[in-house]
Amino acid sequence: MSYCLIIDDSRVIRKVSREMLEGMSFRVAEAENGEAGLLACRAEMPDLILLDWNMPVMDGFSFLTKLRATPEGQHPKVIFCTTENSLEHITRALDAGANEYIMKPFDRDILTAKLQELGVLPVSHTA
Amino acid sequence: MTEAEFEALRVFLKSRSGLALSPDKRYLVESRLAAVCTRFKIDNLSQLVREIRAGRASALEKATIEAMTTNETFFFRDKAPFDLFQDVLLPKYLKERAATRRLRIWCAAASSGQEPYSLAMILKEAAPRMPGWHVEIVATDISTEVLEKARVGVYNQFEVQRGLPIRFLVKYFKQVGDQWQIAPEIRSMVDFRYLNLIEDFNRLGQFDIVYCRNVLIYFDANLKADVLRRIAHVMAPDGALLLGASETVLGITDTLTLDPAHRGLYAKTAPAAAPKKLAVGIG
Repeated sequence: MSYCLIIDDSRVIRKVSREMLEGMSFRVAEAENGEAGLLACRAEMPDLILLDWNMPVMDGFSFLTKLRATPEGQHPKVIFCTTENSLEHITRALDAGANEYIMKPFDRDILTAKLQELGVLPVSHTA
Repeated sequence: MTEAEFEALRVFLKSRSGLALSPDKRYLVESRLAAVCTRFKIDNLSQLVREIRAGRASALEKATIEAMTTNETFFFRDKAPFDLFQDVLLPKYLKERAATRRLRIWCAAASSGQEPYSLAMILKEAAPRMPGWHVEIVATDISTEVLEKARVGVYNQFEVQRGLPIRFLVKYFKQVGDQWQIAPEIRSMVDFRYLNLIEDFNRLGQFDIVYCRNVLIYFDANLKADVLRRIAHVMAPDGALLLGASETVLGITDTLTLDPAHRGLYAKTAPAAAPKKLAVGIG
C-alpha cells in the first residue's frame, strides 16, 4: 500500500484529500505546515506528497527545496496542490522538483488523472 | 410536453443526428432543451416541437441537436489510447510510411478539441524524430458550437487539469486571465470540420488512424454497423481504429477485427477472413 503525506494548513482540505486518497487505497498521514512535513518525512519517507504552497511556519516551496536537497528526498512524487495558479508559480514548482501541479479547487477526477499520470495509480481500463 | 411530442422529438433526433434516445430519457430532453427554448424565445417544449415539425427554423433544429449531444471530453481521456498512439501506432507508421512520410489521423467526434490537441502535443514531442513528415489531423463533430470552442482553443482551469500533464500545460498553453489558450503551433496542426456521422464522409479521404470514441454508444445497432462499415472504408488497408472503453464491434460488424494485444484497437478485417458479402464493402 502506497503511503501519502498531505501537507496543508487547511483542515478541510486535509480531510477531503484524505478521503479521496484512502478511497484509492493509499495509507495517509497529515502535516499542517512544511516543517511538520519534514519531520514526518524523516520518520517515514512517503511515496507521494500532496503539498500546499502558502502555509505558516514553513511554506510548501521551502519544504520542497529542503526535501529535494537530500538523497532520500528524491523518492516521493510531489504534487503541489494550491490556489497559486499562475504560470510563474507552476514553473517555479517544477524547477524545484515538483512532479505535478493541481490548481485549487480540485475534484476527484483531477486528482485521479494526476496520480495516473505519475504512475502511482493504475489506469482503470486500457481502452 | 405530451407523449406524442416526445416521440416526435425522438424521431427528429434519430433521423437528423443518429441519436437514439430511449423512452426513459424524457427528463434529459426537458432539462437540456429548456435553455434552447429560452434562447429562441419559445414558451415551452410543445411549441419547440411544433416549430421543428413545421420545418421552418433550421437554426432551432441545429440548436436542438447540439443541446442533445454529449460533449464530455478531456485531454488524454482514458490515457491508454494516447499511450497506444505514442508507443505503438506512431512507431509503427513512422516505419511503414517512411517512404511517403505522410500520416493522416481522423478524430471523428472531436467535441471541444481535447482529443485531437492531445494527439497534436504527442506529435510535437515526437517532431525531432519526424523530419520532413507531413501529418494531418482532421477533427470533426456534429456541433458547430463545440467546434468553434475547439478552434479558439481556450479552456478553463478545470479543463486543463483533467488529464493534461502539467509539463504540457507549461509548454503548450498561454495563460489568458483565468483561462488557458493552446499555442498556435498546436492549434495549426488540427483541421476542425463540421461532420454528421450519419452522412457520407468519403470526401474526407483515407486515414491511417481513426479515433471514434464514445459516440457510437448513442447510436442504435443498425447505425453503429453502418458507421463502422463506412469508417473501415476510409481506413488505409493497414489502418487503425480506436473506439471508447465501453464500445466494441463484436456482433455489430465483421469489417473490423480487435487487436488481441490492445483493448480498444481495431484493424480492418483481412478480405479472405471476412464473409464474402461483407468483404465486398471493404475499400
